[in-house]
Amino acid sequence: MASSEEDGGGNGSVEEKENGKKRRLGAVATAWLICYNVAMTAGWLVLGIAMVRFYMQKGTHKGLFRSVQKTLKFFQTFAMLEVVHCAVVHTSVLVTGVQVSSRIFMVWFITHSIKQIQNEESVILFLVVWTVTEITRYSFYTFNLLNHLPYFIKWARYNFFIILYPVGVAGELLTIYAALPYVKKTGIFSLRLPNKYNVSFDYYYFLIVIMFSYIPLFPQLYFHMLRQRRKVLHGEVIVEKDD
Amino acid sequence: MGGRAGFFEVEILDWKTKKQLCFLDKVESNATIREIRLMFHKLYPQWYPARQSIRLDPKGKSLRDEEILQHLPVGTTATLYFKDLGPQIGWTMVFLIEYTGPLFIYFLFYFRMPFVYGLDERFTSSPHPVVNLACICHSFHYIKRLIETIFVHRFSHGTMPLRNIVKNCLYYWGFAAWLAYYINHPLYTPPSYGKKQINFAVIMFLLCEAGNFSIHVALSDLRRDGSRTRKIPYPTKNPFTWLFFFVSCPNYTYEVGTWISFTIMTQCVPVGLFTLLCFIQMTIWAKDKHYTYLREFKDYPSLRMPIIPFLL
Repeated sequence: MASSEEDGGGNGSVEEKENGKKRRLGAVATAWLICYNVAMTAGWLVLGIAMVRFYMQKGTHKGLFRSVQKTLKFFQTFAMLEVVHCAVVHTSVLVTGVQVSSRIFMVWFITHSIKQIQNEESVILFLVVWTVTEITRYSFYTFNLLNHLPYFIKWARYNFFIILYPVGVAGELLTIYAALPYVKKTGIFSLRLPNKYNVSFDYYYFLIVIMFSYIPLFPQLYFHMLRQRRKVLHGEVIVEKDD
Repeated sequence: MGGRAGFFEVEILDWKTKKQLCFLDKVESNATIREIRLMFHKLYPQWYPARQSIRLDPKGKSLRDEEILQHLPVGTTATLYFKDLGPQIGWTMVFLIEYTGPLFIYFLFYFRMPFVYGLDERFTSSPHPVVNLACICHSFHYIKRLIETIFVHRFSHGTMPLRNIVKNCLYYWGFAAWLAYYINHPLYTPPSYGKKQINFAVIMFLLCEAGNFSIHVALSDLRRDGSRTRKIPYPTKNPFTWLFFFVSCPNYTYEVGTWISFTIMTQCVPVGLFTLLCFIQMTIWAKDKHYTYLREFKDYPSLRMPIIPFLL
């Protein structure tokens, strides 16, 4: 779900709303959001370029995560601000929260913490997906805020996900699955009995539950995006006819 | 407004499709909504009165059974809208199911059924007295609730949607299993401050249970005459009810107190988590009730807060 292009990003101001109403933001809010979205677009572009350069120089994906991790962690963690943005842009805090949380979870609680899986191919898979998705998404929001949205950006935002989303989910699930044996061996993030709090937590089984939760959640989000796509791109066609 | 002693005509439309579902002619002007529901039920046997939401506007609030036709803002041909609330279940049955579950689920763990802690630990008992105490307190709490449901509570709305029962039971029964698992676990660790902590917790538990019961009785007495309307509750001679000076819903205050004491008694994080969630849920309910009181009664005591004196 981390690669979802769900509107819950909360940074596009206008057309994102399902009822199509234009909503005014204050000048300060607009200025801040433009800066934020420009910065994020730039950040993910830098990340993408660094990834391409690494692969061109080294010819392998091994060590790629280590070389880009600082940039990735900075920009992905900074995205937690988008939950706050929801208050200004009136998008769902819950959806944004879930999306950002799942990204933070993948970056910090899987890939960062379980170092043995950092060279897995599945990591590259979701990193590539995230990069393309985020560059599209943040530039979409930026142009929206500037009221000058090139059609190809809108097209990209509402079409790329069709491939990117399932591929991203595959990358995430494969990564979590690869991490399982190391989690079981080291007992990371787990709490065993006896202890004075009389509670226990097994990260291994927690991860298995997470993996199963993709089954109900992924189709819901995917079909929601498909419906959004039909509404936005289909609506576009109708306007042209009237002209 | 309705004629002097004349008859009304009542048409009932589906709230979404606006299709006419029934047309009642020669309805008495002093007919109640309850009677209209019964008439509608005769025409549509599958929609018993409890699942009928009858309203003046398609998206409006459901009319109460006691409302009288001629007092409603309708002409001599009244148009009402119907929404199916889905299968309903009576409050009494809801509470009986919700409370019996945790009672017996706890016992599965207390008596260490074989499938819970593995075959080696089956039917063994804990060396810690506090574990027996916790079982007594937990059981006492739910038995008290069951008794209150049968003999004390007088519910204002008769029913709730059936699908809620599955959700609620999952929550209450699931949590009961989770906290019972740790308290009765062979590797359970008794409270850090020993007997002092346990005794304090027991006293707090008993006081809060007594308080909660006193409030339930006081609220029930407000409706001794069988009415279903709301009245302002006031403190009585019972000192436990004096909390009414400070809060609108002291029953929730005492209930949170009970669970805090149970957390202290068992020193168990799942119990603490359950207490936190109870507190959040009851604060929402208390605030709702409090603002309803404020809306309905102009002379509502101004010192009162919803659930915590002076604070919340």
